[in-house]
Amino acid sequence: MSAGRVRLLPKPALDVLLAHLWRLGYRVLGPVVRGGGVVFDEVRLTSDMPVGLRDEQQPGSYRLVPGADGEVFGIVNGPGSLKPSFFAPEETLVEVKRQKRGFTVTDVEPMTPRVAVIGVRACDLAALLIQDRVFLGGRFPDSHYGARRRDAFLIAVDCTRSAATCFCASMGTGPGATAGYDLALTETAEGFLLRSGSDAGESLVAELDLAPSEAEAVAAARARVDACAAGMTRRLETADLPRLLYDEAEHLRWEQVAQRCLSCTNCTMVCPTCFCHTVVDVAEIDGNMSRRVRRWDSCFSLEHARIHGINFRPKTAHRYRQWLTHKLASWIDQFGTSGCVGCGRCITWCPVGIDLTEEVAAIRATRAHQGAG
Amino acid sequence: MTPTAYAFQPARVTERRAETEGIYTFTLQLVDAGARRRYRFRAGQFNMLYAFGVGEVPISIVSDPDEPHALEHTIRLAGRVTSVMTRWQVGDIVGVRGPYGNGWPVETAVGRDLVIVTGGLGCAPVVGVINYVFRRREQYGQLHIVHGVKRPNDLLYRDRFDAWRRAPRTQVHLTADKPDKSWHYRIGVVTDLFDELQVAPSAVVMMCGPEVMMRYAARALEGKGVSDEAIYLSMERRMECAVGLCGHCQYREHFVCTEGPIFAYRTVKALLGVATL
Repeated sequence: MSAGRVRLLPKPALDVLLAHLWRLGYRVLGPVVRGGGVVFDEVRLTSDMPVGLRDEQQPGSYRLVPGADGEVFGIVNGPGSLKPSFFAPEETLVEVKRQKRGFTVTDVEPMTPRVAVIGVRACDLAALLIQDRVFLGGRFPDSHYGARRRDAFLIAVDCTRSAATCFCASMGTGPGATAGYDLALTETAEGFLLRSGSDAGESLVAELDLAPSEAEAVAAARARVDACAAGMTRRLETADLPRLLYDEAEHLRWEQVAQRCLSCTNCTMVCPTCFCHTVVDVAEIDGNMSRRVRRWDSCFSLEHARIHGINFRPKTAHRYRQWLTHKLASWIDQFGTSGCVGCGRCITWCPVGIDLTEEVAAIRATRAHQGAG
Repeated sequence: MTPTAYAFQPARVTERRAETEGIYTFTLQLVDAGARRRYRFRAGQFNMLYAFGVGEVPISIVSDPDEPHALEHTIRLAGRVTSVMTRWQVGDIVGVRGPYGNGWPVETAVGRDLVIVTGGLGCAPVVGVINYVFRRREQYGQLHIVHGVKRPNDLLYRDRFDAWRRAPRTQVHLTADKPDKSWHYRIGVVTDLFDELQVAPSAVVMMCGPEVMMRYAARALEGKGVSDEAIYLSMERRMECAVGLCGHCQYREHFVCTEGPIFAYRTVKALLGVATL
């Protein structure tokens, strides 16, 4: 609850805010229950969201249970992050049409309308800022990601409770939203404390005609976010992580975790920052047109590091090491930030409950090479 | 909207040359005259080549950077996509995007001796740089071409090696691991050749081949006084997008497609010890 004036958005007024966003031409996404888990999808009314439900998360386990009456954002997170809204799981990049001589190449522009997302957690905001660096920060910006991202309107929600799998506090990304949002909400029993984080957010607030919030209410809400941070038991010790993982590339633990890891790719699919993808040709049956289609890929797939005659990472141990080392170490060299935001999804959605914080701790506890420090 | 980094250009096959069984060199010209005029590349860079309806592969440009309108690519039949490409005929229209990668340090090497080390099957990236040096022979010192194969049959371009051997200020060193009666060069692995090699410590080394070979060769050359900054290795990884986005070619912290494929030994020395990074 840093900059700007904090206003009070009464609970019934959330519907007004949603309707206003739709009127402005946004496709409004929020947390909705799909297949027993929460993902971001279209919401028109507060009641489209899982009001009164909370999540219970453990390694390899996710349950929705009754929570507090009328609580709109009681579920911390689910398998769906913001990632699919901006980095599409499957999309056509280029169409190639056969001509009498040769072919023509046409860029396919993403046709999705601009999106507004409500209920974005601090970890997912941090993840989006990381994806911005990956897709837009380099020499070859990704036009499809950029087109979706450019006009997005983001409404964050501070976390006042954490799931058992959360460790954002130790990653410095949450539980309160601090950057990257247009509006941010803190949910209380009375309504939402609302603050803006951008010009677009501020001008939208101006149109809603809201009363300022009481100073005590703001302080109380801040205390709940702080308590959430303090109560987070899971943590990742980030000090010296690149050196640790680089030095311990041949630690026995990689083989041990590989005996549990199914190489199923779940962790990379639910991860809000994993960006690996492949582009394949999908040809029309008449042979006159072919699409270059991008699909999410995973470093856990056997094909990921394979070229003719060589697979650079043939074993699960190599692939798990690649994933974890990239996420927590080489990502920092590549993009100036860790690739992990502490959302805990990879822990919850791992079918065998592998916990990366535990793997790192185990390697740290038995490191063969002593760090520089 | 800016075009996607994945869009490519039509190019026409203007020449098809069989090198040896399963290996062909294709000359490609961009169809669009403006694109053809603007196209520039450095020795050792690569293009992504596209076969309609099938897919893309990264292929080194082996022709001379001073003639960027006619781009030669040597393609070895190795998989699904290259099985289509090796059937390309003169007049066919194919897809090209590039150039990508960093290229060989041919400017840094000016005025110095050059050691080119290759192992295994035909290493197109070094054929390109050897041709480059021969066209500017006066700019470089002694040229050592060191090539190791497993079996004599793996020695592609035997005639080229013979021609290079006859050139002035050039030494060709060949070795086979598992020789037969036809083999009248050295026997052993590439690093065995370094015993007889007189290398100036100021030499620049460029190498390409199996990682384990490069690792031992680099170590041996460093032992002969060559700086680890002057030894360059062409690293091979799965390069799918060539623009550092798809994630496949990661070599710990490096994206081989954008930071490489050519790395100074100093940069990758610590990584070479683990074969499965």
